[in-house]
Amino acid sequence: MLDFPRWKTIGISIILLLGIIFSIPSFLPEKTVNSLPSFLQAKVNLGLDLAGGSHLLLEADIDDLRKTQLANMEKTVRAAMRGESGPDDDIAIGELSTTGGKISFLVRDLAKLDEARERLFSETRGAQLTGQRDWNITVVDSTRIEMTPTGAGQAQAVANAMDTARDIIDKRVNALGTREPTIIREGDDRVVVQVPGLQDPAALKELIGKTARLEFRMVDANADPAEAAAGRVPVGSEIVPYAEGEGNGAAFEVLRRQVMISGEQLIDAKQSYDPQNNQPVVSIRFDSGGSSTFAKVTAQSVGKRFAMVLDGKVLSAPSINEPILGGSAQISGSFSVASANALAISLRSGALPVKMTVVEERTVTPELGADSIRKGAIAGIIATVSVLVLMLVVYGRFGVYACVALVFNVFLILATMAAFNATLTLPGIAGFVLTIGAAVDANVLINERIREELKRGRKVFQAIELGYSEASRAIFDANVTNVIAAALMFWFGSGPIKGFAVVLTIGIVTSVFTAVTVTRMFVAHWLRAKRPTSINI
Amino acid sequence: MRLLKLVPDDTNIDFLRWRKLASFMSFFLVAVSIALVAVKGLNLGVDFVGGQSVRVEFTQGMPPIDEIREKVGEIGLGEATIQQFGSDKAVSIRTALPDGDKSVAERAGQQLVSGIQKAFPTAKTGSVETVSGKVSGELIRTGAISLGLAILGISIYIWIRFEWQFGVGALGRLFHEVSLTFGLFAVTQMQFDLNSVAALLTIVGYSLNDTIVVYDRIRENLKKYRKMEIVPLLNLSINETLSRTVMTTVAMVLALGMLLIFGPDVIFGFTAAMLFGVFIGGYSSVLMSTPVLVWLKVGPHSFVPRTTAGIEGGERVERKDDGAVV
Repeated sequence: MLDFPRWKTIGISIILLLGIIFSIPSFLPEKTVNSLPSFLQAKVNLGLDLAGGSHLLLEADIDDLRKTQLANMEKTVRAAMRGESGPDDDIAIGELSTTGGKISFLVRDLAKLDEARERLFSETRGAQLTGQRDWNITVVDSTRIEMTPTGAGQAQAVANAMDTARDIIDKRVNALGTREPTIIREGDDRVVVQVPGLQDPAALKELIGKTARLEFRMVDANADPAEAAAGRVPVGSEIVPYAEGEGNGAAFEVLRRQVMISGEQLIDAKQSYDPQNNQPVVSIRFDSGGSSTFAKVTAQSVGKRFAMVLDGKVLSAPSINEPILGGSAQISGSFSVASANALAISLRSGALPVKMTVVEERTVTPELGADSIRKGAIAGIIATVSVLVLMLVVYGRFGVYACVALVFNVFLILATMAAFNATLTLPGIAGFVLTIGAAVDANVLINERIREELKRGRKVFQAIELGYSEASRAIFDANVTNVIAAALMFWFGSGPIKGFAVVLTIGIVTSVFTAVTVTRMFVAHWLRAKRPTSINI
Repeated sequence: MRLLKLVPDDTNIDFLRWRKLASFMSFFLVAVSIALVAVKGLNLGVDFVGGQSVRVEFTQGMPPIDEIREKVGEIGLGEATIQQFGSDKAVSIRTALPDGDKSVAERAGQQLVSGIQKAFPTAKTGSVETVSGKVSGELIRTGAISLGLAILGISIYIWIRFEWQFGVGALGRLFHEVSLTFGLFAVTQMQFDLNSVAALLTIVGYSLNDTIVVYDRIRENLKKYRKMEIVPLLNLSINETLSRTVMTTVAMVLALGMLLIFGPDVIFGFTAAMLFGVFIGGYSSVLMSTPVLVWLKVGPHSFVPRTTAGIEGGERVERKDDGAVV
């Protein structure tokens, strides 16, 4: 017991010192922390339940993605059959359908069946590392070609779409000017958005929940309103409903299926005001290709109406009074400043490749969060102090050592959490209390054992030595079981359970270190200095 | 300075005398708990049933619950569960998610908040939670899996470190603790959510801490006093660890009690469950987890080391720190 090597003392002191240094930033206000050297800036993140803010879990609509995937392939098929070098090169096809999750069509000239397959094959790609391609092409009844997306192809399409979606959501949330949002993919088809300190989750949902697929399409002037009301429209047109609470006396418009210009050709969008009636609108600007198409179409269609369609809903369908040549336009529709701004941000950041819906939302107002922190901190301090007093009263000098170790334990937990950039949540605070309990238990075990050995008539040194060695076994086993529980919680649990597990794991390691190693160091140095023949424990 | 001793020296209480009574009581309580969960059910939070939950704080006196219920009913989101929230000024209002497509669910949370603000202009909405049915199903699954695996993993560890009888004892004790805690949630109708699962896992961890301390001493004594009958040996082990059990229990009760009284009301249920766990943990270490060892016939032979099998009983065997016999 007396022999406690110098290198150990130095090593332990360094660890404890680092613990104090790296836990300090967590107690300081943000401004002060920012002025510190960068290696000292890591601090414990406060979870949204403590700091206030919004947590949203968005889920992609995979069915919608599959439909888009099919629709895109349908376009590809049509383009491929049209041929590159003029009408002679065309392959006539018919009965094209996209039902049942596959594309199927008839090749009219059977001699060209093989060539058609060749052309389509060059449109498919290898998917992931499976050796599969993203689409299977098969010939059925020697006249028909069927294209089915493969499993690997679909998985890759989902993965690509989710990556893009994540980036777009990231752009949108950042455009809100919020502080340090976290946007991460979770699982195959989900994205988690966490925005600390956010007051109004509704605006955030509005912003990121929009697919923002913008299309300019011509209104079909030949459609008979009565026929359309009964659901019958001319070939090449379709019925598109108005967005809620809007419309020119009708709930829908009959629009040409062909899209004049889509949102991909935008280079800018911002909220502004309509000079005529001072209503909020969204001003947009097209790229050069978009501008020329827009100019051409509007020049040909003066007096006719076109519609601005967002996510399959008509926003407005104004008449073209004169050709629009400058490449800029205004999207009107009954906007508020906020909703026009949200739309502008969504358009600027691009359309989501897949529809996303909020499946989980948790919002805590900053006041409630601050209240929880304050009460949590007060309760934590009171709890710690009462345990310290108990230890002092029961174990005297050894209680003092245990208390000092306990305080170091708190610093070490905070420092480790800051280093790993871990997040402290409310259940985490409870986990904190629990590890303090475990640290207390370790010292109780050691000290009780020392008492016992003294009672059996052992000498002071031997009793302390045995107290530490005999108690260590139980401490070790008890803590390993808790690490097992914490690890399983971390792997299989979600949300608050994870946050709890992180604090618990860190706390177990630091509490064993402080409760066993650090107190042992104190005791060893005291014994060496005083060499007592009896101790009060 | 004279130091405080919570437990007098050299206690010699015949705990095992009550083992039949204690076992009967434990079986009875477990049965009652299971029955309660089956009959009364758990007050599941939105984490597990889906729906939305809004925490409302009344700054100028809380209106009667019936009035709140009526006003919330007028918002048109169906039957609401209204529950006082720790302190006397806050309630949690919970409604199911309306049927229909997902975007309906998305709007409903907003509808609830604005409806409440309209009905009670002085009230503040502190937090809003909306969980869709699909996600809540997953949360139940991950919660149950993490709980089940934690119990299993721990029992396997004990089986490896000790003997199979101890593993069985620990498993039985965990089942006991978990059932009783579920029973507590059923009786009090405290909201059972993800935080409660974390609390349950903590109880599991804490109760194992206790089990291991007692089992460790039993193992030690089994090696030390090879000719002692099992019942007195268990009694001796419990008595030897009694002062530690009491001291740790007091420290934990002190810490959790402070958290319960002064802590934020958001973790009230969480802390209450843990406090309850500490109490049954104390009872279990003393009266519940040892009788199992009598029935399963643990004896010195359980630890007869292969290489030194010839050593006479009663002799103290040299040991390494990890309990292995050399």
